[in-house]
Parts: sequence; structure tokens; C-alpha cells
Amino acid sequence: MVNAGDTAWILISSALVLLMTPGLAFFYGGMVRRKNVLSVLMQCFIIMCVLSLQWVLVGYSLSFAPSKGFWGGLQWFGLNGVGLEPYADYAGTIPHQAFMIFQAMFAIITPALIIGAFAERMKFSAFLVFTLLWATFVYDPLCNWVWGMGGWLRNLGALDFAGGTVVHINAGIAALVTAIVLGRRNNLEKNVPTPHNLPFVVLGTGLLWFGWFGFNAGSALAANGLAVNAFVVTNTAAAAAGLSWALIEWLRNGKPTVFGVCSGVVAGLVAITPAAGFVSVIPAIIIGLLVSVICFIAVTVIKPLFGYDDSLDAFGVHCVGGIWGALATGLFASKLVNPAGANGVFFGNPKQFFIQLLAVGVTIVYTAVATFVIYKLVDIFVGVRVDEKSEAIGLDLTQHRERAYTILE
Amino acid sequence: MKKIEAVIRVEKLEEVTEALETFGCPGMMITHIEGHGRQKGLTEQFRGREFKVNFLPKVKIEIVVRDIQVDKIVAAIAGLAKTGEIGDGKIFVYPIDDVLRIRTGEKGEAAI
Repeated sequence: MVNAGDTAWILISSALVLLMTPGLAFFYGGMVRRKNVLSVLMQCFIIMCVLSLQWVLVGYSLSFAPSKGFWGGLQWFGLNGVGLEPYADYAGTIPHQAFMIFQAMFAIITPALIIGAFAERMKFSAFLVFTLLWATFVYDPLCNWVWGMGGWLRNLGALDFAGGTVVHINAGIAALVTAIVLGRRNNLEKNVPTPHNLPFVVLGTGLLWFGWFGFNAGSALAANGLAVNAFVVTNTAAAAAGLSWALIEWLRNGKPTVFGVCSGVVAGLVAITPAAGFVSVIPAIIIGLLVSVICFIAVTVIKPLFGYDDSLDAFGVHCVGGIWGALATGLFASKLVNPAGANGVFFGNPKQFFIQLLAVGVTIVYTAVATFVIYKLVDIFVGVRVDEKSEAIGLDLTQHRERAYTILE
Repeated sequence: MKKIEAVIRVEKLEEVTEALETFGCPGMMITHIEGHGRQKGLTEQFRGREFKVNFLPKVKIEIVVRDIQVDKIVAAIAGLAKTGEIGDGKIFVYPIDDVLRIRTGEKGEAAI
């Protein structure tokens, strides 16, 4: 039976999650140099267009139709049979299409997260082809394994409430692979690129925090107590992580920065995502406080050590924070919060930690290999990187013939 | 003393300023400007309509140097800023009457 309250909440949540992608556009757009800001906004917005279509045509069917092993089947092609009655295997109280459109927003933001790794140097045409292939051959199968009916990671009992593996680790690993194979931006050593508009970063962070309530609390798929739990722990973890990042900077560098608080907040939101429906508020604080420490090390120590140019730290925040969140779920999950979930290590079930570890491992290996293959194919047929001169002039003018700012009016 | 005023391509700024550091230029002034010389027109798009922008973004570097350094520095900037295509920019050299360092009151070459 369709429940009015549940349906209303999922529709609102879907809109909230959609807003995260423009939020991400400003979060990333503020971090790049002024000559590239439009290219980042453009990439985020065109993903909203392209993947919305991919999703209703094939993406939803490949991701959520009952599993045929690697993918879901194609029986829901073009939303054939995906109607306005509930589909009880996923959500028994909302129309099937409400579930579909909620999931569409996740399929949109996930490839958008990767943009952070290849910002400022990827050809727009190559980006489009890459994104479409990546969504179809990486996101859709993984989504099916973790969330689809009969998906094998789901059957193993891996817990992922709102997309720690499917969204964040997945996008984060793809980010690392593309950053490595694409190579560093030119002139990085001499001229360290600084964010051209930090207020944009703050604006983007605010929109992400706001939208994330739909992402996590909406993943309860009902307007119920579980949704409230997810809402509360999401806010708590984001707050703890933002504060924690500021304190780390204060102690280590002498001053806390706005950019640091924003980075921490996003890391906290990432980390609580897989755990939101399984942990209570004190674990949420621990998850938030620690994710900033871990991500801070990833972006200030590990990245320079290996020298990969993950321009805006898509790997350092989303993958590293996502892995911590997925593993923390195996530590802190409790059936007292969610009887449909499982207990973690601290609630007497060490096995859950290893199931989480397996899900993380599978995601990393599959995504890394598949992303590499897709990248190479696109590079052969389209050429991924812009030439040196275009990179120096900036992607806004060379890829889109537009400029974000003028000096004269 | 001379003032060298170089109007160059935005994307050449890093290379040029880096070279100026090696000449021991103690100070420089950088301005983002828009303008045009002989080269006109940058094509942009506005809702599907192409249009020409008359003023192009450039950067202007201003430095004040001792007379004996002028030729070397002008040659260095010209060498680095050149692509051979239209729109590489121009370098102007002006005489400077005097310089005063406000903090100490030093004047002339000592104040550069």
C-alpha cells in the first residue's frame, strides 16, 4: 500500500539529493582557478542531464532489476513495468517510480564526485564519453551487487545504508585511478593552484550538508524512526568532523581555516553515509572526529608522498572517508538501532567487520580495473587530456568559449 | 633607472615572473587588464550566438630596474612571452626620474 507520508518524504529527499550536485559544483568550482570554474560547473550540470536520461532508459534496470549475475536484467528498460504501485522488495510503501527517481539522484552525483580528480585538464568530449561508460559499466553493476535484489554482496550481508561503497569508495577509487593515469597538471611545482573563490566552497558545503539529509535519512525509504536516526547521526557526524578538522589545523598549522572546516564537514558526511541507519549518536561522534584525522593525513601526507594529482581530493576525502565509514559500520552497527541490520564488533559480532572489509575490497578492485580499462579506451578513441596550451589558457575558454569573470563590465 | 612595462599573455605570467626572480628583481607589480593591440576579437558564445569580444584579458607586469639591466630583462621577457602568434603583447620602457622608499627615506637606485 502506498503511504502518503513515506511518499512525500522520498519525493522531498530525491529533490534534496539532486541539489547536492549543484552544491558539489560550487564546492569544486570554488577550489579551481578562475579560468576553469565554468568547466567544473558545466561537468556537474551536464551529468545531471546525461545521467538522468541514462537512468530512466537503461541505468535503473541494470542496477535494480533482479540480478542476472553481473547486472540486473534489461526487463525494466525505459521504465517498462516500473509503475506507480509499490515494488515490495525495495520499498513497500512508496510507488516504484519514487524509489527509482530517488536512486537516480545517487547515480547522478556519484560520477560527479570523480570530477575532483581530473579537474582543470580533461577534454570535455572525453569527459562525456568516460562518464557515460563509467556509469553503465562501473556504477550500475556495483549498485546491483550491493543494493539490487539478489545482488551477491547484499546476500553476503554487507551493510551499506546510503552508499558508502557504491557511491563514495566507488567514486573515490575511480578518482585515484584517473588522477594517476591522466598525470599531473602542468607547472604544479612552481605555481601551486589556490582556490579562486572560497565563499563558493562554503556555499557548496552548505548545500551538500543540506542535501545529505535526503541522501541518508531518505535511504530509510520511509518517514519513520530509522529516517530520524539517520538524520540525527548525519548532522552529528558532520558537525564533529568539521570541528575536528579545524582543531587539527589549529594545532598543526597555527590557524584554523574555513576551507578546513568545509573539508571536514564533507568528510564527516561521507563517513556517516554507510553507517547512518545502523549506528547511534555516540558512535557518530567518534566516526566524525576520526574521519578528519584520517582524511587530513591522506591529503597532507599521503598525496604529496606519492605525487598523484588528485586536484580537489576526491580520493582523499571520498574514498578514504568512505572506507573508514564502511569499516566503522562493521565496528559500531547495532540491532538496537536497526533490527533489519546487524551487530558490529563492539556489539559482539566480529564477523561483520570482515564482511565490510570484503565489500570494500571488492569495490576497490573492480572499480580500479574497470575505470582503468574505460579510461584507456576513451584515450585511444577520443584523447582524454587537453593540449598544453589549452590547459594554460584554461578550460572555460578552450572547451566552452565562455568566461566566468570579466574585469571590465 | 627605467620602468619596464610588459603586456603579455595571461598564460605566460608564471614563466616570466619566475625568470624575473632569477634577475634579482626585488619587486614587481602585476595587474590583470583587458585591452587590445592589433589583435582583436576573442570569440565567445552567449546562448548559441557567437560574439566577438573586443577587449582581451592580458596581464601587465611593471618593474623598475637599473639602466644596465634593462636590455637583458627586456630580452628575457620577450623571449619567454613569445609564441609567434598574433596577440603576444608589447613591452614599453620608460625613464624614471626618482624613487623614494617610504619607510627609510632612501632615494634613487638605492630605493629600487
